[in-house]
Amino acid sequence: MRAIQDTAILVDSPVPPRDAIARLDAAEPLLVVDDLHVTFTTPRGIVRAVDGISYRLHRGEIMAIVGESGCGKSAAALAIMRLLARPAGKTPKGRILFQGQDLLKLPESKMREIRGRDIAMIFQEPMSSLNPVLSVGLQIMEPLRTHLGMDKETAHARALELLQLVGITDAERRLDQYPHQLSGGMRQRLMIAMGLACNPKLIIADEPTTALDVTIQAQILELMRDLSRRLDIALVIITHNLGIVARYADHVGVMYAGQMVEQATAEELFARPRHPYTIGLLKSVPRLDRPRGGRLETIEGLPPDLLRPPAGCRFAARCTLRLPLCDTAPNLVPIDGAEHLARCHRAGEIAAGLTPPSRTSPAPRTIVAPGQADVLLRVDDLHTTFVSRPGIFAEPMVVRAVSGVSFSVRRGETLGLVGESGCGKTTVGRTILRLTPATSGNVQFGDTDVLGAEGASLTAIRRQMQVIFQDPVSSLNPRMTVGQIIGEPLKVYRLARSRSAAQDRVSELLSRVGLHGYMAERYPHQLSGGQRQRVGIARALAMEPSFIVCDEPVSALDVSIQAQVITLLEELQRELGLAYLFIAHDLAVVRHISHRVAVMYLGHVVEMADRNALYETPLHPYTKALLAAAPVPDPAVERMRGTVVLGGEIPSPSRPPSGCVFHTRCPIATAECRDVVPSLEDYGSGHLAACIKLPESLAKSHESRPA
Amino acid sequence: MAATEQFPSPTWRERLRDWPIVDFILRQPQGTISGLFILTLIVVALFADVVAPYDPLDVDFVGMLQAPSLEHLLGTDNVGRDILSRIIYGARTALAIGFLASFVGCTIGALIGTASAYFGGRVDLIVQRVVDVAMVFPIIMLALVIVAILGRNLVLGIDVNLILAIALPIAPKVARVIRASALSIVNMPYIDAARAAGYSHVRIILRHMMPNVVGPYLVLLTAYIAQAILTEASLSFLGLGVSEPQPAWGLMLSSGSASYYRDAPWMVLFPGLAISLTVLAFNLFGDALRDWLDPRLRT
Amino acid sequence: MIGYLIKRILLIIPTLLAVGVVTFFLLRVVPGDIVELKLRGDGAAVTQLAIERERARLGLDKPLINQFGDWITGVAVFNFGTSMWTGRPVTDEIAGRLVLSLQIAFLATLIGLLIAVPLGTISALFANSWIDYSIRVVTLAGLSMPSFWLGMLIIIALLHVFDWIPPMTPTSLWRDPLGQLAQLFWPALAVGYRFSAIVARMMRSSLVEVLHEDYIRTARAKGLFERTVIIRHALRNALLPAITVSGLEFAFLIGGLVVTEQVFNLNGIGRLFVQAIINHDYIMIQALIMLTAFVFVVTNLVVDLVYAFLDPRIRYV
Repeated sequence: MRAIQDTAILVDSPVPPRDAIARLDAAEPLLVVDDLHVTFTTPRGIVRAVDGISYRLHRGEIMAIVGESGCGKSAAALAIMRLLARPAGKTPKGRILFQGQDLLKLPESKMREIRGRDIAMIFQEPMSSLNPVLSVGLQIMEPLRTHLGMDKETAHARALELLQLVGITDAERRLDQYPHQLSGGMRQRLMIAMGLACNPKLIIADEPTTALDVTIQAQILELMRDLSRRLDIALVIITHNLGIVARYADHVGVMYAGQMVEQATAEELFARPRHPYTIGLLKSVPRLDRPRGGRLETIEGLPPDLLRPPAGCRFAARCTLRLPLCDTAPNLVPIDGAEHLARCHRAGEIAAGLTPPSRTSPAPRTIVAPGQADVLLRVDDLHTTFVSRPGIFAEPMVVRAVSGVSFSVRRGETLGLVGESGCGKTTVGRTILRLTPATSGNVQFGDTDVLGAEGASLTAIRRQMQVIFQDPVSSLNPRMTVGQIIGEPLKVYRLARSRSAAQDRVSELLSRVGLHGYMAERYPHQLSGGQRQRVGIARALAMEPSFIVCDEPVSALDVSIQAQVITLLEELQRELGLAYLFIAHDLAVVRHISHRVAVMYLGHVVEMADRNALYETPLHPYTKALLAAAPVPDPAVERMRGTVVLGGEIPSPSRPPSGCVFHTRCPIATAECRDVVPSLEDYGSGHLAACIKLPESLAKSHESRPA
Repeated sequence: MAATEQFPSPTWRERLRDWPIVDFILRQPQGTISGLFILTLIVVALFADVVAPYDPLDVDFVGMLQAPSLEHLLGTDNVGRDILSRIIYGARTALAIGFLASFVGCTIGALIGTASAYFGGRVDLIVQRVVDVAMVFPIIMLALVIVAILGRNLVLGIDVNLILAIALPIAPKVARVIRASALSIVNMPYIDAARAAGYSHVRIILRHMMPNVVGPYLVLLTAYIAQAILTEASLSFLGLGVSEPQPAWGLMLSSGSASYYRDAPWMVLFPGLAISLTVLAFNLFGDALRDWLDPRLRT
Repeated sequence: MIGYLIKRILLIIPTLLAVGVVTFFLLRVVPGDIVELKLRGDGAAVTQLAIERERARLGLDKPLINQFGDWITGVAVFNFGTSMWTGRPVTDEIAGRLVLSLQIAFLATLIGLLIAVPLGTISALFANSWIDYSIRVVTLAGLSMPSFWLGMLIIIALLHVFDWIPPMTPTSLWRDPLGQLAQLFWPALAVGYRFSAIVARMMRSSLVEVLHEDYIRTARAKGLFERTVIIRHALRNALLPAITVSGLEFAFLIGGLVVTEQVFNLNGIGRLFVQAIINHDYIMIQALIMLTAFVFVVTNLVVDLVYAFLDPRIRYV
């Protein structure tokens, strides 16, 4: 039986062994960054964004620079290209040696020649990094004609070659198209193609996959690694995702507050971290493979203000191993051999076995047996369809955002809803909350019909079902103080007897979410992302709900802050018996917080099961692909997994494939799958999956198992 | 419970900066200067009786068409009236009509725009069509037509119909801009949160949307004060706005017509300068206000 | 693309229809009878009979809907009726004057664009420098000065410096091009200055915004020459909003003409409009409003089409 697919799948390829890299060490390093400093002059003073970082890189090597927002990693990358925003950005100190030449001392005309020809850069947002009014072909051919002086025909031919190299099909047609006609993944491939155009020796990628879906991320990163090895290109990947670092990097540098706090090979860093920040990060990241009951460590506090950085160790304020000694700045020194550097006075002790104590008591997470509580929310065959008319005479576009979704959530339970863009998970949440009208189906909350409720009964339900949004910036009214935002429900629903009682309650709510009382007088723009998200939670709690829809509540937060908010949500669930519908695209986070998980693709639920069952024995091919695509922050584990990458693009929800919506990308699809829409079947103890090929493939794997 | 971040309590300097006025002065020097100019103008207009050296209606055929001198700082016009005094009194007319027309027009426009954006659907479509039709005309054309239809109607010495004539064409233009602004707010999660919390439409529009529209509203208000003053000047110049012998800057320009270009150019120069400087001040202030409000909201 | 074109052209009709309806009924709302106002307005004593006869002559005795029907069908074939004030067909009155006003408007637009685009670009490229500040002062002045006052200043300046004023007698472009130009250049300058100020400001702000976009950073990262980055990457995007604004402002130029024609003693439709207002010539007023609406709508259409041509996001949805 022939499998039906859209585009080629990059096949299972073993990760090249790291020792092969060793042969290159003998050669001259391609890039040497030596004590680089970057400052920005702002009206409020000089911000020291990068304070002396150094590293070296050889051809064909992949270096990852890891850090959270504001740590200076992007500034360091822009400095190499000398693309810092003028006139504010400056490099007052340091050298950047590229093939022996100091880039910082080159005249601008020479630097311009190097940019795009010898060093290329790929940015985070493929949507906005391409010029919308110029054709794809023109944008690819530009570097060819500028640097290599090619004429039109030669450039055209080479452009075709490049598009094919990066896996863009139908290249001839694409050259005449415009960026808005390409998908996110294709645009990023285009950026890579532009970067490769003149055979550079070094490519710098600044968060190249953060804006992409999980399965597309995997495609892009595989492509980049493949090209790096084949064409001997040095790659610097800047990211905040430790999983990516574990899977792809040879060397790693961890940045914090403008400095490198630890540098090592990827193996070393994950196996034997020597800096409290690294250790904290590794412990606070939710992991796909974490055994049940693991508790997330949190790194309390916020990074320091780089306008007036602390004189001593910059991490000291948040460090659990802090000593008075830490008031003097530590240097970056080798631990465990010349290749592993750490900036900590106590790194030696850590090497000898000292572990930073965790801030919170390591009580195991008690998971309330979910089967026992009664069902709070029941969703039955929900459909939400959007019809839009781009113009008066145009064809109406029908988008089936949610097609026949059913599930239930019990009191005190968390149902995780996971999927990539266009899968409809956010629409499900909005429909349940009556923010978007449903097309058909049934939603029961307790005894009440949610979709049909009006007036007083609708208001009553709304109090019970609350919501927390993704974007901390726009989820709070910028013109209201924190106290007003949290206090409004108290006023509207008369939950407090008097003004002072209301104020007390606001303070109580603030402290429950871990914020100081005086925050009530501040405005949202004066708070950090994590703090704003806590205010959002407090606002939801003010109404004393029993159910909260969490729509990607931690996606926009830094890793160390994510852990804080997730832990808070867990604690609140235990204390108040809250039920959550946790919508997210990050599988590891969902695994951590959910009791049961449902996976969605293009408006359909393709698999739903108990949390452990889903992650340990996924049934549906899409779930398997999703899990395979998400990297785990542990190189040893990654090496054992190998890589299976799902090819093809996510179809547009306005033109879904017929039959099983996944068949265009499915590795086990056959002709049947085009005609039949699979329904959710139970494969044992509540593990549901929708795939007509499952029974046979399960039978086959039973057969192939030794007796 | 999770520990919280340290937050040093604000210094006196930061507290002072929290006051919007102080912040504005520090960050928008041009705006501050124009703001002061406007303030001065208002004061001068209010106390015209005290400030003006002569009675603006005082006709003096002997001393007509005098060039600027120590006696008449800006000269006299064709019937001997002191130009400086007429300009000072003219400020009253300009400011009164400017403020009132702009305020009425902008407020009506803002309410329409916000409601249209919030309710969406058919209401929005209808309002949009109407606004599109009204947008077609320059303010002055519509103003002229309304003046033609309604004629004059003096209340407390102010021509109410003139104010309406200028205010009504302003409303649809403001409605369009405010609607765009309100549309971007309507889709914000905090409005969704308010709806999910079950708040009434009225509360959401008044408490959640309008305060966020205040920024663009204020900017439009100052911009249209400038426009209103220009329109009033044009109307008066044509003889269809304020009428003789009331001092109005546009009116002064029409009496300083072509026959006097050669002999008494100051009749044209100073009233026009007064108009230009006032409009400039409002434009600068509006720009500064917009710049000041913008980055704040972006944090 | 063709579909877009057709759609846009068809959209004009309902808009113009709506304008027609509003205009027509608005003018019928006038307190007091039109005819009475006109006849009595002259000061003479008028008999009831005379009023009746006048009304019949003007067709005002028919039901309102019929009047509207007659009028709108007339408009469709460019027959706007007869002027209540001059007694001649409106179309005759308008024709010559329209040509003159359009000439001034186009000249003003040309001058305006020639000044605005380079100034706005330079202003943006040297943002916050003294060059920028000087240009911004100049454009702000253009926005703040009443255009008719500027016209007067121009005449005064020409008078005192060159002892010459622009000719105030009507000539034709064909018979005496230089003379015509001499006559029209100055009002075009007066009205065009304001136009150029608005477009220059828009040009500046749009270019400043574009220069901060990610794709400009990408273009520089590719190692392109700075002039390529600015001309090919930045300007192509920055011009789009400036074009839209130019279209809008072109129509508002007519508003500026209303008063400026008075100053330069030119017989254009601006002047005609004022005279019609003063003389309560409602038929003329109606006609001129419809004309302005038509010009505005057509201009917007042209601008939309040009924009669609330049912006591939609209060309290929």
